[in-house]
Amino acid sequence: MSSFTVLVEVQLRQGVADPQGATIERALPALGFDTVAGVSVGKAFRFTIDADDAAAAEQQVEDLCKRFLTNPVIEDSIVTVQAA
Amino acid sequence: MSRRVGVVVFPGSNCEHDVVEAIEGLGGKGELIWHGARSLGDVDVVVLPGGFAHGDYLRPGAIARFSPIMEAVGAFAREGGPVLGICNGFQVLTEAGLLPGALQKNAGLKFVCDMADLEVMTTSSVLTSGATHGQVLRIPINHFEGNYTCDQVTLDELRAEDRIVLRYVDNPNGSMGDIAGICNETRNVVGLMPHPERASHHLLGSEDGSVLLAALVA
Repeated sequence: MSSFTVLVEVQLRQGVADPQGATIERALPALGFDTVAGVSVGKAFRFTIDADDAAAAEQQVEDLCKRFLTNPVIEDSIVTVQAA
Repeated sequence: MSRRVGVVVFPGSNCEHDVVEAIEGLGGKGELIWHGARSLGDVDVVVLPGGFAHGDYLRPGAIARFSPIMEAVGAFAREGGPVLGICNGFQVLTEAGLLPGALQKNAGLKFVCDMADLEVMTTSSVLTSGATHGQVLRIPINHFEGNYTCDQVTLDELRAEDRIVLRYVDNPNGSMGDIAGICNETRNVVGLMPHPERASHHLLGSEDGSVLLAALVA
């Protein structure tokens, strides 16, 4: 068993309305940031996991994402696994 | 014999006593069931009340769906038992997969606390069997994440199968199809964002919720 550090980024799926992202984007020009576009708001989770290898770790995290960290109806996740 | 209505209490639920009060006012027998229990006992109806189960951490309902009682709630629903999710309870039912879709942050990013006019879209559900089609009910809403969202296939299915139970007359939160409440295929599981228990006595400003809750204890 080895230890891996994991980063899970959760984003709203394409096509799902993102009222937080839209509101932030609308506020930016008032601060002078008028070249920013495509703001989306999500969540990030960082943790460690013990597994036989990186592939096994990734598989477990994918399962964890599907069953708990995301709501697949509206959210997608990007998983990054690195040897600790 | 009056119908026994089990009202599940999660850590962070806060409408359970209101539901019991409303149910008892309508002649039912309300009882609280702790989320850590594994059995529903001998109840005829299950209600998941409003509030902030498990602090709404991660997502509303995301942790509550793993509460020990939820296995029994799922089994009860699959056997055809009437299950009602109000507000946070609706969110729990979608997370648990007992109802399709999800409830997202309101389109205006505002917590809405207001009276809402709701149109009864079908009387074929455990909640609306005592109402009339097209009837408009005035019932309070009180939520931040009540914006009903699903994919187009699901929305088409809900419409084709007449499973949109209640619709907002004036959409307050961006919900797809103005959806305020839906039911499952077998019409015994209903979730809605508005709070019928808060419209169960004229002193509360509306009694329109009673026609819905009365159907559960009839």
